[in-house]
Amino acid sequence: MKIPFLILFICTQFLYSFVQAKTIYVGKNKSIKTIKDAVKSSSHGDSVIVDAGTYYEKNLIIDKSITLSGINYPIIDGEGKYEIVSIKVSNVVFTGFKIQHSGYATLEDPAGIKIYDSNNVTILNNIIDDTFFGIYAQYAKNCLIKNNTLTAHGKEEQEIGNGIHCWKSDSMQIIGNKISGHRDGIYFEFVTNSIIWRNQSIKNIRYGLHFMFSHNDSYINNIFSGNGAGVAVMYTHGVKMYNNIFEQNWGDAAYGLLLKDISDSYIEGNIFVKNTSGIHMEGASRIQLGKNIFKNNGWAIQIQSSCMDVNVSHNNFLGNTFDVATNGTLVMNTFNNNYWDKYEGYDLNKDSYGDVPFRPISMFSMIIANNPQTMILFRSIMVSLLDKTERIVPTLIPENLKDEHPFMKPIAL
Amino acid sequence: MNKVFKYIVIDILRNKTVLFYTLFLFVVSFTLFSFEENTAKGLLSLLNIILFIVPLISIIFSTIYIYNCSEFIELLICQPLKRKYIWLSLFNGLAVSLSFAFLIGCGITILIYEPTATGMIMILTGCLLSVIFVAISMLGTVSTRDKAKGIGKAILLWLYFALIFDGLVLFLLFQFSEYPLEKLMMVISGFNPIDLSRITVLLRLDVSALMGYTGAVFKDFFGTTFGFIISLFVLALWVIIPLIISTKKFQTKDL
Repeated sequence: MKIPFLILFICTQFLYSFVQAKTIYVGKNKSIKTIKDAVKSSSHGDSVIVDAGTYYEKNLIIDKSITLSGINYPIIDGEGKYEIVSIKVSNVVFTGFKIQHSGYATLEDPAGIKIYDSNNVTILNNIIDDTFFGIYAQYAKNCLIKNNTLTAHGKEEQEIGNGIHCWKSDSMQIIGNKISGHRDGIYFEFVTNSIIWRNQSIKNIRYGLHFMFSHNDSYINNIFSGNGAGVAVMYTHGVKMYNNIFEQNWGDAAYGLLLKDISDSYIEGNIFVKNTSGIHMEGASRIQLGKNIFKNNGWAIQIQSSCMDVNVSHNNFLGNTFDVATNGTLVMNTFNNNYWDKYEGYDLNKDSYGDVPFRPISMFSMIIANNPQTMILFRSIMVSLLDKTERIVPTLIPENLKDEHPFMKPIAL
Repeated sequence: MNKVFKYIVIDILRNKTVLFYTLFLFVVSFTLFSFEENTAKGLLSLLNIILFIVPLISIIFSTIYIYNCSEFIELLICQPLKRKYIWLSLFNGLAVSLSFAFLIGCGITILIYEPTATGMIMILTGCLLSVIFVAISMLGTVSTRDKAKGIGKAILLWLYFALIFDGLVLFLLFQFSEYPLEKLMMVISGFNPIDLSRITVLLRLDVSALMGYTGAVFKDFFGTTFGFIISLFVLALWVIIPLIISTKKFQTKDL
C-alpha cells in the first residue's frame, strides 16, 4: 500500500517542479539586461520583474503567458521608429511601465501596447507618452485595461492615432484610464459586451469617445471634456450611458454627445455642461433619456425628425440658449416631467407640476433648422419678439412637441 | 465752436431725461452683471438692452431737443455765425452728452465686470450707436418742420432699424433660401448700424459657435482686425453721411 503513495508523492513533486513559476529579474545590475532576453528565457507562467532604467527594445514581442512588472516605472523607448510592445499570446499581465516615443506609420498603426488575437490580457498602471496609438487591441477578448495614463502631443487629426483603440473585440474592461492629446480618446469598432468605467478623456483632437457597431456596451462615470468634437457614437444598439460628464465641447461642429442610428439604449444620470450641442440625435430610436442635467449648452437637445420613441423625462434644463431643436413637424418622441428654467407656467393645485404645458422649442430654432442662414439674426429684437408671440399662439412649431407636466422646481438628482 | 457747444452740453446735462437715462442704464447693467453667474452671459443680456434702448433714446431725445430749441437756433442765426457752425455745434453737443451718459451708465459697469477687449468693443459700439442715431435724428428734423410729424418720423425710423429691417432680412433669406447669401448678408448688415454692431460684438463672444456656417463666414471677415476696422468705418459712415446731408439741408433751409 505504501508504493502507490510514494508514486503519488513523486508525481506531485515532479508536477510541482514543472508547474512552479520562476521569477526573472531584469536590470542594469542583474544578469539579464534586456526585457527581450528575459522574455526569451522565460516560460509560460513565469514572472519578469524589471528595474527602473531606460530600455531600448526595438519591438518587444511577448509571446509567452507571463507577468511583466516594472519597478518605479522603467522606461521602454521606441526611439520614434517601432511599435513598442506587442502582446501576441493570452494570459499576459503587463504592469508598471512607462512607454514612450513609438513609431509613426499610417499603414501599420504602431501602438504603445498592441494586443493581437489574445484573451485575458491585463494592462495595468502604465504611463504611455508620445505614441502613435496608445493601447491597441484587435481580436481581443476579456482583457482588462486599467489605470493607465496616455498622453500624446498631436496637432492634426491625421498625425496621431487613438488613445485606447479596440477593434473586433469582446468583453473588454476599460477602467480608470486618463487619455489626452490623441485623435480619439477611446475608439471602439465592433466591440461588444464591454464596459468603460471611470475614464477621463480630455482634450483629444477629435472625439473623446467614438464607437461604431459596438453593441451592448456600458459607459459609466466617465468624463469627456474639452475634446475637439465631443463624443460621437453610431450604428449601435444596447448602449448604456450612466453618470458620465460631457463638458466643454465647444466649437463649430462639436457635440456633447452625437447619436446616429442608436437604438434600444439608456442615457441616464449624465451631466452635459457648456457644449455647443448637448445631445444631437439622428435616427435614434427607443431611447430612454432621463435624469440628466443640461446646463449652459448652446442647444440642449437637437432631435431630428428621424428619431422615434425617444423618451425624455425627469431631466433638468438650465441656462441653455436653446432647449430643444428639431427639423420638421413630425414628432414621434415624448417629453415628460422635465424641469425647464424657461417655463413660465403656474401650479395652482400645488402638486409640484406646472398646470400648463411647456413648449421647449422656440420659433427661432425652427427657423434656423429650416434655413441656417437666418442665424445672422441671432439675438436680434425681431427674433425675441417672434419667439414671444409664437409661445402664446403656436403656429410654426410642432404642435405635439410639448411637456404636458413640467416640474416647477429643479429636480433633485 | 466752443461756446455754443458748451451751452448745449450744459443744457442737456441738466436735463432730467438724460439723468434718468444714465441712471437707468447704470441700474440695468449693474443688475445684469450681478445676477448672471458668468459675466459673458451678462454681457450678452446687456447687448440686447443696448441695441434696444440706446438707439431709441438717442433718436427720440435728440429729435425732441432740436424741436424744443428751434427758438434758440433762430436766435443764434441772427448772430454773425455760420449756419454750418451752429448745426455742427448742436450735433456735437448732443453726441457728446448722450455718449457721456452711455459711458457713465454702461461703461463703468462693463469696465468693472468685463475689462476685456470684448467689453471695450461693446462700449465703443454703444457710443457709436448713440452718435449715429443723433445724426439720423438731425437728418429727420431738418426735413420736417412739424414737431409731431418729426417725432413720429423718428419713432418710425427707430422701428425700421430695430425691427422692420430684420423682418425684411428674414423675408429675403426665406425667398432666396436656395442661394448662398452669406457674402450678400455681410453687405446688407452694413445697411443697418444696429445689426452691424450686434454682429461685431456677438462674433467676439462664445455664442458665435452657435452660428454655424454663416457665423464662420462672418467670423472670417469681421473677426479679423481688418474686418473690425471695416465695420468701424461703416459705422462712422453712418454718422458722416447723414450729418453732411443734414448740414447741407440746414444751410439752405428757410427757417
